Amino acid sequence: MTALTVSRRVLTGRWQGPAAFTAVAVLALVVAPLLLEPFRLGLLAKYLCYAIVALGIGLAWGQGGMLTLGQGVFFGLGGYAMGMYLKLNDAAGDLPDFMVWSGVEKLPALWKPFGNPVFALAMVVVLPVAVALLLGALVFRQRVRGAYFAILTQALAAALVILLVGQQGLTGGTNGLTNFFDFFGRDVAADETQRGLYLLVAAVLGALYLGARQLVRSRFGRLLLAVRDGEDRVRFLGYDPATVKTLTFAVSAGMAGIAGALFVPVVGIISPALLGVVPSLELVVAVAVGGRFALAGAVLGAVVMGYARTYFSEELPDAWLYLQGALFVLVMTLAPKGIAGLAAALVRRREARA
Amino acid sequence: MAISEVTVRDAELLAIEEVNAAGGVLGKKLEPVVEDGASDWPTFAEKATKLIAQDKVATVFGGWTSASRKAMLPVFEKRKALLWYPVQYEGLESSPYIFYTGATTNQQIVPGLDYLKEKGKKKLFLVGSDYVFPRTANKIIKAYAAANGMEVLGEEYTPLGHTEYSTLVNKIVEAKPDAVFNTLNGDSNVAFFKQLKSTGISADQMPVMSVSVAEEEVRGIGVDNVAGHLVAWNYYQTTDTPANEKFVAAFKAKYGADKVTSDPMEAGYNAVHLWAEAVKKAGSTDVEAVKKAAGGVSLDRPEGKVTIDGDNQHVYKTARIGVVQPDGQIKEVWNSGEPIKPDPYLRTYPWAGGLV
Repeated sequence: MTALTVSRRVLTGRWQGPAAFTAVAVLALVVAPLLLEPFRLGLLAKYLCYAIVALGIGLAWGQGGMLTLGQGVFFGLGGYAMGMYLKLNDAAGDLPDFMVWSGVEKLPALWKPFGNPVFALAMVVVLPVAVALLLGALVFRQRVRGAYFAILTQALAAALVILLVGQQGLTGGTNGLTNFFDFFGRDVAADETQRGLYLLVAAVLGALYLGARQLVRSRFGRLLLAVRDGEDRVRFLGYDPATVKTLTFAVSAGMAGIAGALFVPVVGIISPALLGVVPSLELVVAVAVGGRFALAGAVLGAVVMGYARTYFSEELPDAWLYLQGALFVLVMTLAPKGIAGLAAALVRRREARA
Repeated sequence: MAISEVTVRDAELLAIEEVNAAGGVLGKKLEPVVEDGASDWPTFAEKATKLIAQDKVATVFGGWTSASRKAMLPVFEKRKALLWYPVQYEGLESSPYIFYTGATTNQQIVPGLDYLKEKGKKKLFLVGSDYVFPRTANKIIKAYAAANGMEVLGEEYTPLGHTEYSTLVNKIVEAKPDAVFNTLNGDSNVAFFKQLKSTGISADQMPVMSVSVAEEEVRGIGVDNVAGHLVAWNYYQTTDTPANEKFVAAFKAKYGADKVTSDPMEAGYNAVHLWAEAVKKAGSTDVEAVKKAAGGVSLDRPEGKVTIDGDNQHVYKTARIGVVQPDGQIKEVWNSGEPIKPDPYLRTYPWAGGLV
């Protein structure tokens, strides 16, 4: 057996997945922090935050067939929970700055518990999961699906934005929460903190990816696929599709919440503009570009689209939005299953030839 | 980049060209690096970081909405870099690393209210887009009204980009105010003024005082819909100063005879010249040296004399009230006579005591 066939076995055989995962992990955790300057590493951390949301969308949409156009809601809940804690921590007993200029005199009751880091960190996951469970229980039980579910999630995103903007004294309005100083005892803007945050984001993404992959391969995952491809048949077999969908939706919401909480110290802001209809759609587009039927495709899509956005906007400030749109159209026409689908097709072709 | 932001960038590029044509600063030519904030606050922060950390620029000119400025503020403060912000805004801010070349509230909103009061308009209706500037502006307007025997009949907000104004205009018509104070942003003005015109109420009967409608927006709204209504700014294309004649001619020569100039454009254009002047005075582009030298820098600009207030890094500006003319230009009907000292926290106005 030559070295060539061994390497081909590794690339195409059952070790293909773990080998690729290890390679990407080494690239992300060792190579990137060594090669990239702090500013670029910070941007990569931001893309990876979006990749965590994309992973959730890949799970709910790609595996479960639930087209969710409102992941921004869960991203926002996680982000605001973290932002509120950081704001209170910085204020050290005083009112957060935006409350002062919004004319609020006393810390609102809603804010008080978020001064406790344990409570705030718990809320990062609990809030999005609770909202998703509630929404899922209400709509999936009523057999709302397809476009109706998509529209509902989108409406939720729009509604949350209006709520946040309207309650300026409570939420910072359109400005959102910004100007953070301290992140658990470290200067949030320092290069060292940002490097640590990058590693944290990458590690969380890796762990969640492995978890999601395990979920998809489990009995539950097979049931989820079955629900996606034939919900009524699953019901006739005696399973409850509503529970399967609700649980999956809640997992994807929890992921978005975690992503939002990590995003806040990385980027330094959380605002309604980040969680409305447009950013939620952009993430779905990213998942479509990467390939929604593979979890890795969803992650890849978020990173590619994030990078494309930065690259195009730096090189061509006047035309970059068109290019971003063109990239989407191009991928969707040439490879309807996204980059991951294209890669899988290439591997299959090579195997067929071998 | 939104249309209004593009025009400010163009005016800033023109100013950079002028500074270079006059020999540059400290024997060097200025080289612009353009980045697009995409009307998206985190992108503004990201691009600001890139300009400072990677391109190592001497200073940054830019920002549009208040939210974009708030998002960039920590970046500039932490990296000790300079931002020149060219748009009128809601005040209540004075960052040591930002220079504000647009009006703060006492140079635009308060004079606008003084004018309405002088004209005997006692009952006001407030209309605004739902974001920080209109909400803060309206708080100031309500405090002013309470102290000056004026009455606020209603206060309504619509989401940014909203274009359905029949309900809102009906509410205004029913309330019968003497004047409307308008802090709507962008495209919403088009729908609002069209709807208002359809009621048949004339600008003489019920004038609308706008603080975000300049020459550029008048064209978008359609002159027919907005002619006769009032605006409050510090500069109009028609402002009669030698510096303005030069600015308008240079802008048209560079970008086309059909282009108009407006207040935020002029404030951006001024910012470049003010910075260049401060750098010459400091003998260096070092941020702390420029900050120190900038206080008291005074130039004759298109809007008249502007002077940097070293304490709060805003500029002294002349307030001007104008009426939109049928040709799309704005005619000044009142001005403050002299540049007004910037007071972002309204500390010198007793009626504003409860605001901050």
